[in-house]
Amino acid sequence: MKKLSYAEALREAMAEEMEKDSSVFIMGEDVGIFGGCFGVTGDLVERFGQDRVRDTPITETAIIGSAVGAAMTGSRPIAEIMFAGFLGVPMDEIFNQAAKMCYMTGGQAKVPMVLRVPNGAGIGAAAQHSERTEAWFTHIPGLKVVYPSNAADAKGLLKTAIRDDNPVMFFEHKILYNHVGDVPEDEDYVVPFGVAEVKREGSDLTIIATGIEVSHSLEAAEKLAEEGISVEVIDPRTLVPFDKETLLKSVEKTGKLLIVSEETKRGSFASEISAVVAEEGLFYLEQPIKRVCAPDAPVPFSSVLEQAYLPNPDDIVTAVKEML
Amino acid sequence: MKESKEELVKLLEDMLVIREFETKVQKHFAEGEIPGFVHLYLGEEAVAVGACSALKEDDFITSTHRGHGHLLARGGDLKKMMAEIFGKATGYNKGKGGSMHIADVSLGILGANGIVGAGLPIAAGSGISAQILDKDSVTICFFGDGASNRGTFHEAINMASVWDLPVVFVCENNLYGISMPQYTNDHRKGQNIQDVSDRAVAYGISGVTVDGNDVMAVNEAVVEAVKKARSGGGPSLIECKTYRHRGHFEGDPTVYRSDEEVERWKEKDPIDRFVKILKDQEILDDEGYKELRNEVKGRVEEALQFAQESPEPDPSEVTTDVYYGGAE
Ligand SMILES: Cc1ncc(C[n+]2csc(CCOP(=O)(O)OP(=O)(O)O)c2C)c(N)n1
Ligand SMILES: [Mg+2]
Repeated sequence: MKKLSYAEALREAMAEEMEKDSSVFIMGEDVGIFGGCFGVTGDLVERFGQDRVRDTPITETAIIGSAVGAAMTGSRPIAEIMFAGFLGVPMDEIFNQAAKMCYMTGGQAKVPMVLRVPNGAGIGAAAQHSERTEAWFTHIPGLKVVYPSNAADAKGLLKTAIRDDNPVMFFEHKILYNHVGDVPEDEDYVVPFGVAEVKREGSDLTIIATGIEVSHSLEAAEKLAEEGISVEVIDPRTLVPFDKETLLKSVEKTGKLLIVSEETKRGSFASEISAVVAEEGLFYLEQPIKRVCAPDAPVPFSSVLEQAYLPNPDDIVTAVKEML
Repeated sequence: MKESKEELVKLLEDMLVIREFETKVQKHFAEGEIPGFVHLYLGEEAVAVGACSALKEDDFITSTHRGHGHLLARGGDLKKMMAEIFGKATGYNKGKGGSMHIADVSLGILGANGIVGAGLPIAAGSGISAQILDKDSVTICFFGDGASNRGTFHEAINMASVWDLPVVFVCENNLYGISMPQYTNDHRKGQNIQDVSDRAVAYGISGVTVDGNDVMAVNEAVVEAVKKARSGGGPSLIECKTYRHRGHFEGDPTVYRSDEEVERWKEKDPIDRFVKILKDQEILDDEGYKELRNEVKGRVEEALQFAQESPEPDPSEVTTDVYYGGAE
């Protein structure tokens, strides 16, 4: 194991895959000498050159559209969109082109591309630079959707994403970039899609959380443990494919489910998780499911408002206590 | 065009307001009092001032992520602006927008936008309203050299051109979009033309490039374009070559440009140049300039104090204003 930040882990995953496979390349705005808006691509341009670490003009439509074209013709692009709030721009390229190409061609065409996106709020960046858009993409058949919550998963999942023959939406939480964690040193270390991780075992209640809310939930679980409350915390790691079994098994054991997500509540992936459990695990439940999410409003600028807006460990503790 | 002594001094005053305001924001951002991203307008003052001074009260503008200068040049209230940048309840947007979205809609500002290039079609729409509502208003659309590579640039200017919409597209070419040079001789560049205005020809509209650090030159070109737009002559594209003194945002280490380049552009500072002209023409003397600066400094200082002393927004404000008029 070695200590890496989430951002370094992502960079290492890209570097290793680029080293191994010359068809892998990176493109996006300011990913070259600037090193990426959040420093994720860092020095990769020095190591792999401007052809394989391509700085693009401000042109999200062409970044994603050309990634689709490159992917269909033998390359394996890793495209970066600087903020999740900009995903509206290349939406046709994502949902009509990347996502449907395989199906529309009856399985002939493959689109092996990764779209990396800094997701989430918490840095005072206001409404258009703080979006959480993962649920938009889980709604689109043909895309895989990944959301690592820690450095080790960031590396292992990104490597799997680069090797996957389908378009992968890869969400990264901005606040997590500087979080340091233990990352396996083995070059062949990967994390498979569709396998949730039970981050903490417990018997009183199940929390399933995504992205940064995994660490918030673990923090809450720690506090609750001091009061003798035993919470199980599950991180699905990939939203599509989604590991139902791990969740249903846990709910069968605890009888109570709290879903924690930084998304705005209505139509969120948290809603999808509750639908899965309502459909397939209703009789395991002793009481209604609860969701801790952001309110149905854009992200406000002021730090006071933003902190009030975002789900935090205290909100999770309160919700758990309400359920017990 | 601005000719009278009062008009010329007003141009200087407006530029000084931006300079002093932004310098204060820079300082207090560095001191950790301002959250989020701040993109300063320092060095580009002549563009906003030269352009906005060509407008009437009921005209419109679309602004950008680098929008403080546009709002100030449109006569924005310094106190409400500074309070917004500090995220306070007394700010223009009640602390919900911050630096990147600061706007006074009553001054015809159709939002400051965090999405690069989003303002161009909005400006076209404002031009459509002038036709639908039979008004003689004109809309100035500010956007950067980087934004001119987005599809919205093409789509909006094409539409404005075919419908003769009363819009003046003002490109602030400060030579970079974050780290990406607008044009160079090598491989890494935003576009393969030296002048953004060359593109006008593709839309059948007039396009000019002016010295964006010369407030008179900007004003002259925009006055002309506004006159044309107002009289049904359709849109124009005006490219103003300028330079940002600071990094893309505060905190940008600017590895992509040389100190020498920055110094070269500082020698072409729009305010110093204009002050020299006014002094040479004996419109302003040293004493008058000093007085004007002190007066402006005082106003900015007051705005700062107002912002610092203003209350934080109430957390209940998180879910208000999602829909106009209140409820869902
Ligand atoms: C659609 C979109 N893509 C990317 C960004 C990130 N971004 C913010 S400002 C900027 C550079 C803009 O360059 P330019 O239009 O020249 O304006 P300048 O900052 O130089 O004033 C970029 C890439 C964004 N905000 N919106
Ligand atoms: Mg620029």
